[in-house]
Amino acid sequence: MDEIKPLDDTFLEQLKQFTAARIGLGRTGSSIPVKRSLEFNLAHAHARDAVYSELNLDKLVEVLGEFELPVLQLHSQAGYREQYLQRPDLGRLLDEESASLLESQSKLNDVVIIIADGLSATAVNHNAAGLFRVLIPQLRSAGLSIAPICLVKEARVAIADDIGHLLKARLSVILIGERPGLSAADSMGAYLTYKPRPGLTDEARNCISNIRPHGLSANQASKKIFYLIQEALKRKISGVNLKDNAGALEDNTVTGI
Amino acid sequence: MAYQHTIGRKVYKFSDLKVLLAKASPHRSGDVLAGLSASNYEERVAAQIALADVPLKRFLEEEIIPYETDEISRLIIDNHNNTSFTLINTLTVGEFRDWLLSDTTTSEILQSVADGVTPEMAAAVSKLMRNQDMVAVARKIEVVTQFRDTIGLRGRFSTRLQPNHPTDDPRGIAASIIDGLLYASGDAVIGINPATDSLNEVGNLLILMDALRQQFDIPTQSCVLSHITTTLELIRNGFPVDLCFQSIGGTEKSNASFGINLALLDEAYEATLSLKRGTVGQNVMYFETGQGSELSANANLGVDQQTCEARCYAVARRYKPLLVNTVVGFIGPEYLYDGKQIIRAALEDHFCGKLLGLPMGADICYTNHAEADQDDMDNLLVLLGVAGCNFIMGVPGSDDIMLNYQSTSFHDAIYLRKVLGLRPAPEFEQWLIRQGITDEQGNLQSKRNAEIVNQMKSLWMK
Repeated sequence: MDEIKPLDDTFLEQLKQFTAARIGLGRTGSSIPVKRSLEFNLAHAHARDAVYSELNLDKLVEVLGEFELPVLQLHSQAGYREQYLQRPDLGRLLDEESASLLESQSKLNDVVIIIADGLSATAVNHNAAGLFRVLIPQLRSAGLSIAPICLVKEARVAIADDIGHLLKARLSVILIGERPGLSAADSMGAYLTYKPRPGLTDEARNCISNIRPHGLSANQASKKIFYLIQEALKRKISGVNLKDNAGALEDNTVTGI
Repeated sequence: MAYQHTIGRKVYKFSDLKVLLAKASPHRSGDVLAGLSASNYEERVAAQIALADVPLKRFLEEEIIPYETDEISRLIIDNHNNTSFTLINTLTVGEFRDWLLSDTTTSEILQSVADGVTPEMAAAVSKLMRNQDMVAVARKIEVVTQFRDTIGLRGRFSTRLQPNHPTDDPRGIAASIIDGLLYASGDAVIGINPATDSLNEVGNLLILMDALRQQFDIPTQSCVLSHITTTLELIRNGFPVDLCFQSIGGTEKSNASFGINLALLDEAYEATLSLKRGTVGQNVMYFETGQGSELSANANLGVDQQTCEARCYAVARRYKPLLVNTVVGFIGPEYLYDGKQIIRAALEDHFCGKLLGLPMGADICYTNHAEADQDDMDNLLVLLGVAGCNFIMGVPGSDDIMLNYQSTSFHDAIYLRKVLGLRPAPEFEQWLIRQGITDEQGNLQSKRNAEIVNQMKSLWMK
């Protein structure tokens, strides 16, 4: 009967409190029992679907309407998802149409906020609106001017450099879907860059990662982003040199998006 | 020197060996991203045909990256063994491929030429080989290394137990180690990727693993995969360092981006060796590599990613490592797009490494934005098992919750041992039998597991 009824490793239950790792799975023969195997498949399915998910533009435009801010819809030079995945260089550049749209808009602003699909549009669809509702009032009450909100498809983090530069913004914040993991497929990152311009690298940015209901909440994230924006504008820097004096921020830079 | 081949009326020209190697490479996204790939199928085969006619000797005359500007080029040329090369020094790349596959080219002969083969020769010949060719040749080459057990013997297959935790919680790590040991994992090494590079936290993890090893008298070695400078600090501070780990690249510039060079590696190697902690052998280094890391550091210098990868092995073999691990699918789809590209790359790396005399293992893995899944990894697992790969990773349920990617599970290794009749490292195998974890035939017993877990309680009851 051992071969049919999987060995369940229940004596390992006490260890599961210490880690989210998939320990104590049990086995049937040398294989993972079907229930656990399907749990894994489901987590992978969520991650895969997230990679191929698309920005919910209608919903985002509707939410952004609450703040009476102009919204610009942009696209990178990566034409489609398969190309986006293989050519990160194209995902960092605006296509011609988008660039000329921004050129016609250009006027000085303090902050430009960009919403991009990155590796999980799901993450942005789930988390961007909540963050906006906290962050925008904070920025306004601090008297900061906000450029038109930019929604960008097939985008990488560095596309914020192009956008910020064309809009003559003092600072850019890009909200972007992080690479989905098996434990979370809807994790959003926020990358902040002072004086955005083409040619910057990851050292020039500050990153707030893991923004999602079960990770960093919209309130927590907004607090950190707002703090960083103020510090960056005051000290005229961002990136590795902009340390967290308040001890409220981790100094992490996530790369690869 | 320029190379060319004519097909019909079309003359394909390749300006130098570097370009020829790149154009002859089987298609992969990283070479396209770098702008080095053949522009169509015919050009690729034309390059392969031209490459087949290049004498192996040519590789000693025409450097891919100049000797003057790259210390790995100097390492390759200065350490080339002309005596070992004698047997093959009249061959072209194409003839070399046929010679490698020939029945008369035995395991012993292959071992004897290893020091006469340069990374570029290995990369070149692999470009003329199909997956099955690389499996067939690699299978003939036995590379055995030792520390507290013996890894790489024919018919044996080992695993690195990889118990990572996102915050380095020692209890969480201990939980995964126990789970892995009960699944007969960990004979290559128990190796943690730390979330921090903090000296004390990393040191505590070493103490934890060493205490466990000593309490249960486990014939294996432990390693925290920190930066080499952290490991040097740990050694200076008297922490129990078994193995010295480092990620390495195939160009001086890529190693600079990792914060290392050969002098630093020399220093760390000598320091680790001086601890004399091995019992059956003194192979003390653990290296990781992976196609695409040079390009991602903007340090590929116009060399295709597989040739760059082979050059890492010149660095590795200087230090007689216990383990060399190609982390093949970790880097993402912009370098290896899908299961097909990941599988081919893994077989290339394993073949080239073995040909150069290295104890190759592989992290059979993928990220969620790659076009790959568990089925692709299962295919690669069997291929590498047949090819005689020394070791793979063992991660609870394939899901690394710290590095956020999927590797092989404890179950995968048990499966492979069963279907291919492979066994763990001999010393470790005896330990598993003594503990009642497996029987003499290698079948998991799971009878004493609750008792063993109870004995290990000191690891988390603090």
